[in-house]
Amino acid sequence: MKWLLLSIIVFATVFGDLLQSYEMKRSGEQAVDVRGLARLLKMIASRRYLLLSIVCMTFSFFAFMALVQIAPLSFAVPASAATFVLETVLAKFLLRESVGRRRAAGTLLVLGGVLLLAR
Amino acid sequence: MESFSSSAIHAVPCGSERAAPRLRIFALVFGVICLNALGNLSLAWGMKHVGESVSLNPLSFLRVMLDPAVATGILLLILWLLSRMTLLSWADLSFVLPMTSLGYVLAAVFGKVFLNETVTGAHWVGTGLIFLGTTIVGTTDSRTSDRANPEQQ
Repeated sequence: MKWLLLSIIVFATVFGDLLQSYEMKRSGEQAVDVRGLARLLKMIASRRYLLLSIVCMTFSFFAFMALVQIAPLSFAVPASAATFVLETVLAKFLLRESVGRRRAAGTLLVLGGVLLLAR
Repeated sequence: MESFSSSAIHAVPCGSERAAPRLRIFALVFGVICLNALGNLSLAWGMKHVGESVSLNPLSFLRVMLDPAVATGILLLILWLLSRMTLLSWADLSFVLPMTSLGYVLAAVFGKVFLNETVTGAHWVGTGLIFLGTTIVGTTDSRTSDRANPEQQ
């Protein structure tokens, strides 16, 4: 069961984040105020990729809640944190982001830190 | 997915807009991190005191959500989601992910202070690595996917 939940978390997180980043790049820069928040809610309701990303994140959230009840946090956190290496690679190829040496090195250091924090 | 991949760079309209100032990006990163850490803390505190095991059954989830601490946590996490969406409209996903991972450090600190969890030497080394990693990522361009030559950084 824990591997099934972990698979749901990884797939849903990666797919959801990629879709959300793609849609938010398309939308242009959003404001941080009440109007901005209202506009975001409207966008979620009207853009199918954004809506799908929220569905993915919801699945990921509930799967994580279920996972931490049947597996130790020292398994759940590093296993699910590994998603951001996968996401960084996919962001480079699917979202055409520039992941240079510095950004890749920084991301790997952060991953190492998260793995140590979860011990 | 093919159209998703092939149209990504062309669909970005921000090249014609003013880029978000760096300080504003870091301020929003800070806000996203705080909302996530506070939301998770409230959720964890509520889950520890709710006394009900959560399964994949939706009714079980709904009962747990009625707990005030769990409900507050979920509300804060909704605000976190919206502020993170705004951040993703300002910066790359590959920039946002490591920067916001500072939240793991804050979660560890909150866990020690409020939930009496143990912080070991390995945790401090992990904290150091996360700080170093985010500092390095913080020196890169926050938004690159609308550049004419994205390989230069």
